[in-house]
Amino acid sequence: VTRAHGVALASGLLFALGLGISGMTNPAKVIAFLDVAGPNWDSSLAFVMLGAIAVHAVFLRLSKRERPYLADAYDAPNRFQIDTDLVLGAALFGLGWGASGFCPGPAVVSLVTFAPGVLVFVTGMLLGFVGPNLLRRAQAARSPGA
Amino acid sequence: MTEFSPGSAILGGVLIGLSASLFWAFNGKVAGISGIVAGLVAPLAAPAEFCPRADSRASTRSLRALFVLGLLLGGGLLWSLEPALLVPSPRPISLLLGAGFLVGIGTQLSGGCTSGHGVCGISRGALRSLVATGTFVATAALSVFLLRTLLGAGS
Repeated sequence: VTRAHGVALASGLLFALGLGISGMTNPAKVIAFLDVAGPNWDSSLAFVMLGAIAVHAVFLRLSKRERPYLADAYDAPNRFQIDTDLVLGAALFGLGWGASGFCPGPAVVSLVTFAPGVLVFVTGMLLGFVGPNLLRRAQAARSPGA
Repeated sequence: MTEFSPGSAILGGVLIGLSASLFWAFNGKVAGISGIVAGLVAPLAAPAEFCPRADSRASTRSLRALFVLGLLLGGGLLWSLEPALLVPSPRPISLLLGAGFLVGIGTQLSGGCTSGHGVCGISRGALRSLVATGTFVATAALSVFLLRTLLGAGS
């Protein structure tokens, strides 16, 4: 176990505390936030994103380091196109988020409750994660010479 | 009905922003939960050449595993100190399986979720993330609206 591992563990822990304190691990509150046309709209969770972006954006702007403290290089995002996958994927994700009140982070954090709902949700999510790869493997198996 | 709670929302958001900054500054990685978790499980389903996130180096895998372990430890801490913060979903189990699948496949296609696109991507000024976030917030609101009006699912 290295210091990098320790920081990864601490980052995950801090992230979970942030989700819990903010209200993101309460799906009813998430649904109330998304229910912009409803009679009891609760705008609180917009402030989670504001707080997080304010801190992280300022940090990124001030950071002048050419490489991370405990790694050889930054593992920066490598997709830049605004394409069908981006928009279609985001649209599907949103439908699922609104239907459950869970996005991936709060769902993983809530696993510790062993509530049946979150166990079922995460099972579906993991199937969704491996789905595209299973499909690619099946396609490759069908096309000769692949 | 839920109560307006901007203070705790901002405080939690600040912690999330600090976490993302820590993970980037020290490990050089984006704190996107769907990418981290999918990066652990998706390669199990197919060889690396079919995996969009081809980075399956042992070092990356162990960092992802520890980040997830941290999430679970944090969840355990919340659950033991303030269990009222971890609330079950009000939606029926049958709906949650399909919802989870949509969240899984959708975030894989678009390359991020609320954290990767919504927080990290927007913070770095990525137009892709802004488009993704606008899209998923819009369809999430639509999803909630349809379930409330058509099926009478309470929020």
